[in-house]
Amino acid sequence: MTERFDILIVGAGPAGIAAAVTAAAAGKRVGLVDDNPAAGGQIWRSVDAQPVAARTWLAKLAASPIVRFQGWRIVDSPSLGVLRAEGNRGCRDLVYNQMVLATGARERFLPFPGWTLPNVMGAGGLDAMVRGGLPIAGKRVVVAGTGPLLLAVAAHLARRGAKIVAICEQAPLRRFVPFLRSLLGEPAKVMQGIEYALSTFGAKISTGCWPVAAGGGEVLETVTLRQGKWQREERCDYLACGFHLVPNLELPALMKCRIHDGFVEVDHLQETSISGVFCAGEPTGIGGVEMALLEGEIAGLAASGKVNEANKLARRRSRRLGFVRALTAVTELDPRLKELAEDATLVCRCEDVSCGRMREHASWREAKLHTRCGMGPCQGRVCGAASEFLFGWDSGSILSSVRPPLYPVQVSSLDHPDKLTYQGDSIEQISMLTSKEIE
Amino acid sequence: MSKPARIRLLVNGVPITVAPGTTVACAILIAGIPARRSVTGEPRGPLCGMGICFECRATIDDAPHQRTCQLLCAEGMEVGTS
Repeated sequence: MTERFDILIVGAGPAGIAAAVTAAAAGKRVGLVDDNPAAGGQIWRSVDAQPVAARTWLAKLAASPIVRFQGWRIVDSPSLGVLRAEGNRGCRDLVYNQMVLATGARERFLPFPGWTLPNVMGAGGLDAMVRGGLPIAGKRVVVAGTGPLLLAVAAHLARRGAKIVAICEQAPLRRFVPFLRSLLGEPAKVMQGIEYALSTFGAKISTGCWPVAAGGGEVLETVTLRQGKWQREERCDYLACGFHLVPNLELPALMKCRIHDGFVEVDHLQETSISGVFCAGEPTGIGGVEMALLEGEIAGLAASGKVNEANKLARRRSRRLGFVRALTAVTELDPRLKELAEDATLVCRCEDVSCGRMREHASWREAKLHTRCGMGPCQGRVCGAASEFLFGWDSGSILSSVRPPLYPVQVSSLDHPDKLTYQGDSIEQISMLTSKEIE
Repeated sequence: MSKPARIRLLVNGVPITVAPGTTVACAILIAGIPARRSVTGEPRGPLCGMGICFECRATIDDAPHQRTCQLLCAEGMEVGTS
């Protein structure tokens, strides 16, 4: 089954929503594909304590004539102009004239002894679990890693009644002076920071501090934290640990969009190296929600042919790039974090491949061929970013191993007729679902 | 039709009751068992919470390898961990 769109958008986080709403307002037939149960992406997950911007944009999305594929994931790009999506009941081809990649970012996970124990999660990972119904009141939580997400997560969990035992930021304190200076042009972020600080009042924030080991039998019981030459053990129920964000580049890489320095290359109108293919949000640079919304709007306008309006917003975007650079600088990983993984520590969690075995190899490709690292169901989404840091393997070579299907698929999806049978039907003949999700 | 106040499902045959909107991964965590065993037998639970890491995968109503963090609990659902 095939559907045709003027503009197809992949990802229903802030960037994708902004692009979809903007393009629909311009009168385009818009499709929006997202693999989560609800729109909002990772940052606007669940209705709990949504910021005003989230409520506003989600309301606009609900009121716009957009065909939504919620709970569908893109598994292949068989040719330019077609994406193949898989849902719970099978597979379908989505045909587009122009598209917007708004695939968002994931957390970078770094291996240390015990990191595979149940209840050791990402910082955003634990937050997502709590928003997904995990009771956290009264639980002892250590939040660790790097980046502003740590404070956001700690604040949210504290409001839900968690006992935040410690917040450990790997960056040294001195790095925060230039970072705070970059916030001067971002009043919304300053207010957010103050709110986080108030919510987590009482939790000790340690800088230059990170977990060196997680202990427990079948489940996490303790975390050992190191700060300089000091080391201490904390009893806890959850360790929420993420080392900032890495963009989801699998689809842009499969489509052969030019990727530079770990991010999708775009022009001032968010267009990638492929004409008619736009990219917005974290895949173009980790810049946070306001930047994602702005880029989404620019992409939506540009893809709709509204170049003048897009240009105006593009000037606003360029003024925000200072914050993106400051965020990159403050979250730069301390090289000592490379020493956390011991020879026996697993790096690839799908195939249980240890750091010692992977270290013997000169490249990602060689390690894959000899150890099966990165060849399990996650296809290197976790161990790829870790290996890049641990072993200095080039991110370009890791991305060059991306192959369809982008995710493990049902056998019936592999059997999908690999041809475009969509001919003759006009756009009007396709049932238009307004604000209704296709199951 | 109003949503039921609580949703009942089975995790490895054990009845669990959760609020509407709860993900299956959370139901498994509430049940207090690992979502899966790794290829060398280690217990594993959710890591990323966003459908990337595949650590929370389990069998749902006979469909294996479902990413439980991206699926909501439904009345009468049967979840099986390996």
